[in-house]
Amino acid sequence: MSPTDSTQHAVVTPEGLQALFEALKRRNYRVIGPILRDGAIIFDDIASVGDLPKGWTDEQDGGHYRLHRRDDGALFGYAVGPHSWKKFLLPATQRLWSAERTEHGVAITPEPRPSERFAFIGVRACDLNAIAIQDRVLIGGAQADLRYQSRRQGAFIVALNCGVAGGTCFCASMHTGPKASGGYDLVLTELVDDGEHRFVVGVGSEGGGTVLAELPHRSAASEEVAAAEAVVAHTLANMGRAMYSDDVHDLLLRNLDHPRWDEVAARCLTCGNCTLVCPTCFCTTVEESSDLDGSRTARSQRWDSCFTMDFSYIHGGSVRATARSRYRQWMTHKLATWWDQFGTTGCVGCGRCITWCPVGIDITEEVAAIRGSEPS
Amino acid sequence: MEGLERIVKEHPFFAGMQNAFCDLVCGCARNVRFEAGQYLFHEGEPADWFYLLRHGRVALQVAVPGRGAVTFQTMAEGEIVGLSWLIPPYRWTYDAKAIGLTRAIAMDAKCLREKCEADHDLGYEMMKRFMPVLIQRLQATRLQILDVYGTPA
Amino acid sequence: MTAAITAADPMVPRVARVLRRRRNGPQVFTLDVEPEDPAPAFAPGQFSMLTAFGVGEAPISASGDPAEPGRLVYTIRAVGPVSSALTRLGPGDLLGLRGPFGMGWPMVEAPGRDVVIVAGGLGLAPLRPALYRLLAERARYGKIVLLYGARGPADILFRNEIESWRRRLDIDIAVTVDHAPPDWRGHVGVVTRLIARADFDPLHAVALVCGPEVMMRFAIAGLGEAGLADDAIYLSMERNMKCAVVFCGHCQFGTVFVCRDGPVFRYDRVRSLLAVKEI
Ligand SMILES: Cc1cc2nc3c(=O)[nH]c(=O)nc-3n(C[C@H](O)[C@H](O)[C@H](O)COP(=O)(O)OP(=O)(O)OC[C@H]3O[C@@H](n4cnc5c(N)ncnc54)[C@H](O)[C@@H]3O)c2cc1C
Ligand code: SF4
Ligand code: SF4
Repeated sequence: MSPTDSTQHAVVTPEGLQALFEALKRRNYRVIGPILRDGAIIFDDIASVGDLPKGWTDEQDGGHYRLHRRDDGALFGYAVGPHSWKKFLLPATQRLWSAERTEHGVAITPEPRPSERFAFIGVRACDLNAIAIQDRVLIGGAQADLRYQSRRQGAFIVALNCGVAGGTCFCASMHTGPKASGGYDLVLTELVDDGEHRFVVGVGSEGGGTVLAELPHRSAASEEVAAAEAVVAHTLANMGRAMYSDDVHDLLLRNLDHPRWDEVAARCLTCGNCTLVCPTCFCTTVEESSDLDGSRTARSQRWDSCFTMDFSYIHGGSVRATARSRYRQWMTHKLATWWDQFGTTGCVGCGRCITWCPVGIDITEEVAAIRGSEPS
Repeated sequence: MEGLERIVKEHPFFAGMQNAFCDLVCGCARNVRFEAGQYLFHEGEPADWFYLLRHGRVALQVAVPGRGAVTFQTMAEGEIVGLSWLIPPYRWTYDAKAIGLTRAIAMDAKCLREKCEADHDLGYEMMKRFMPVLIQRLQATRLQILDVYGTPA
Repeated sequence: MTAAITAADPMVPRVARVLRRRRNGPQVFTLDVEPEDPAPAFAPGQFSMLTAFGVGEAPISASGDPAEPGRLVYTIRAVGPVSSALTRLGPGDLLGLRGPFGMGWPMVEAPGRDVVIVAGGLGLAPLRPALYRLLAERARYGKIVLLYGARGPADILFRNEIESWRRRLDIDIAVTVDHAPPDWRGHVGVVTRLIARADFDPLHAVALVCGPEVMMRFAIAGLGEAGLADDAIYLSMERNMKCAVVFCGHCQFGTVFVCRDGPVFRYDRVRSLLAVKEI
C-alpha cells in the first residue's frame, strides 16, 4: 500500500492501536488522548489503550454534561468534552521572554521554541477544522507565533471519524464534520457493532503511512470500508443541534442592533466559559513579572476572554461595557467577522460552548431567534 | 451704496442669494470697523445689530465670577456674530470683543426683522441661512462640553 | 499554510536607549530613542509597542521624522502604569521596542492634492511624521492645511515647531483651544469649527484626522459638509492592544483588526462600524 494513498484502507484491532501508541512513543512523541477524569472526558497523556474511556459515553445538552455506561466496549463512544487540543498547541499560559539587567544594559532572552512533540489520538473532524483555523490565525498571516508553529509542525495527528454525535453537536451545519477530510496523519473509524472490535484506518500523510506499516494490520475489506462509511452516515443523521450557516455572516452583521442581544445579555453571566472551551478562541493577554529588585523581568502570555471588561479597555473605560456588546462580539466574531478577518468560519460546530455554558446559552438557538425575527 | 451692495453679496453668508432679496437686505446693512479691544456688544444689551465678519477676529465671552471674562468661542472672517436678535427678548447673552482690527457688515436687526415679517419669502430665505449656523454652533458646543481631550481621572 | 514567516520572534522586543526626554504639556513627554540594533524604518502613522521593563507594554505612535530612522521619537501621555513608567525614563535608560506596525497615512495617494490635517489633542503626535514628509516633499502636494485643537494653551504639543511652520508661507495653520485663559489671543472653540474656515479644494483634497474618537466623528461630519468625499478622509483608530500582530484578538473593530488593517483607515471602509455602538 502506498503510504499516502488515502483510498486504500487498513484494519487494526485494539491491540494494533496499542502498537500505534508504542510506535509513536518510540519516535519520542508525547501521546495525548481522551481519558476519564473528574466526571468528564478530557485530554491528557495516555500510556496505553487501557487509559481510554472504554465503554463510556456522554449525555450533552445546554448547560448539561453527564457520563453514562455504554453497553459495548467502544473506546471512542462519546463526543467532545471540555478540553480541546488548543490546550497543548496554544497553552493557557506560556512565557515569551525574560530580560536581565546587566552592567552594560538589558539582555533579552526569548523563551526557546518548544521541542516537545505531541501525538494527538482521536482528533475529531470539528477539532481538525479548529486546528486549521488556529493555523490561519497564528501562523497563516504576515507574522507567525513561533511557539505555536513549533508545536503544530511537530504534531502527529490521529483523527477519528465520529461514531456518535453529542447532544450539542452541529458540525454538519458548519460543514466541518463528522467525517475527517484532511489535516491528519492517520484516521480511525471505530467498528464495534458487528463482531470483532476493530478500526478502519486511513492514511493522510507519508509519516502516517510509515507508522501504519509498523503496526499489525491488514487491508480493509470493501464491507469494512462500507461499514465505516455507515458509521459516519449514522452520526451525520443524528446531530444534536442544527444551525443554518450559509447566510449567517450577513444575517448577523445586518442585525447588530437586534433586541435579541439584550435578551441573551440578560441571561449571560459573562463568565467566559464559552471562550475557554471553544477550540478556535485564540485571544490572549500578556503579563509582566519581575523579581524584587527589578533586575530580572519576564513577559508571559495567557488565554484571555472577550467577556472580560479589561479586554476592550482603553483609558477612560471599556469599549464593550455591556454584556450585550460582549456576547455580540463573541458570537458575531465566531460566525461572521472571522470570515472578513481570516477567510474562514470561527465556529466548527463542536457544541462545547453550549454544553459548558452554566446557563445553557445556545449559539444555534440565538442564530435561529435572530433569523426567525426577520421578515422572510 | 454700490460698494456696500457688493460687499454684502460677497459675504459667504449671503452667497447665491437672489438679487431682489439682496436689495432688501442691503437696506439694513452698513459697514463698520472695530479696533482691537473694542466691544461689538455687551451681555444684557438689546440685540439691535448683528455682524457679518469680513476681517479680523472676535471673542465671545462670559464673565465668570473669580475667573473674569472667559472666552468660549472665537469668530473669524466669513462668520456671523450674534444670533440673539432672531428670538425675543432680543438681548445679548454674552459679550463680543474684537481681538484685533475687525471689519464687519453690521445688520440692523430691527430693520431686517420687519422686512422678514412683511415678506415671508425673505423671512424663509433668512431662516434657511441661519438654521445651519445655529445647528453647527450647537454641535460645536456639544463637543466642547464633552471635554474630549481631558485626561480621565 | 504558513505564508511569509519571519525568523525573528514578533513578540520579543529589541532594546533601545533613551537619548532625550522633553516635556510637552501636562503629563505628556516626548522621548527620542535609539535602538541598539538598527530598527526597520517606519511610515508616517505607524506605531510601535514600547516596553517599560517590569511594568508592561503599550502601543505608541511614531511622532518623529521618518527620514531619520536611527532616531525614533515617541510622544506619550501618562495615563496608567505603562505610559507613566515610559514617561519617567530619561537619557540613558533602556526600554523595549517592537515594530513598527500597521498601515499608516496615505502618503502615496496624497500627491497632487490638497492635504487637510485635522488633529485633536495628542492626535497631533501620530500626524507629525506625515507633516515632516509633506514639508520635505512640499512641491508634490497642493495646499497643506493644519487644523489643530487642544484643550487649552498649555496642552498644545510641539509649540515651537508649529511656530516655525507658521513662518513658512506654504502651509496654512490654525490652532484653537476649547478652554482659554484671558491672555490667550488665538482661536477658541472646537477644532471642527476651523474646517469651514479653511481654504482648500474639497474635490481635490485628502483629509488626515487623528484625535479622540468623538472629535474624529465630528471632524468627519465637518469635512463632509465642506464637500470631501468619504473615500478622501482617513482616520487613525485606537483599541486595546496586546500583541500588534493579530495574535491577541484585542484590537478587533468589527470586521477589521486595528493593528493589521489600521490604525489608519479610509473612512468609507469603516463608516458602518463607527456607527455601531460598543462594537
Ligand atoms: C495604535 C495606537 C497608537 C497609540 N499611540 C499613542 C501615542 O502616540 N501616545 C500615547 O500617549 N498613547 C498612545 N496610544 C494609547 C496608549 O497605548 C495607551 O494610553 C496605553 O496603552 C495605556 O497603558 P497604561 O498601562 O499606561 O494605562 P491603563 O489605562 O492602566 O491601561 C491598562 C491597559 O489597557 C490598555 N489601554 C489603555 N488605554 C489604551 C488605549 N488608549 N489604546 C490602547 N490600549 C489601551 C492597555 O492594554 C493597557 O495595558 C496609542 C494606542 C494605540 C492603539
Ligand atoms: S463557538 Fe461553540 S460550537 Fe462553535 S467551535 Fe466554539 S465552542 Fe464549538
Ligand atoms: S454565553 Fe454562557 S458560557 Fe459564555 S460567557 Fe455567557 S454565561 Fe458564560
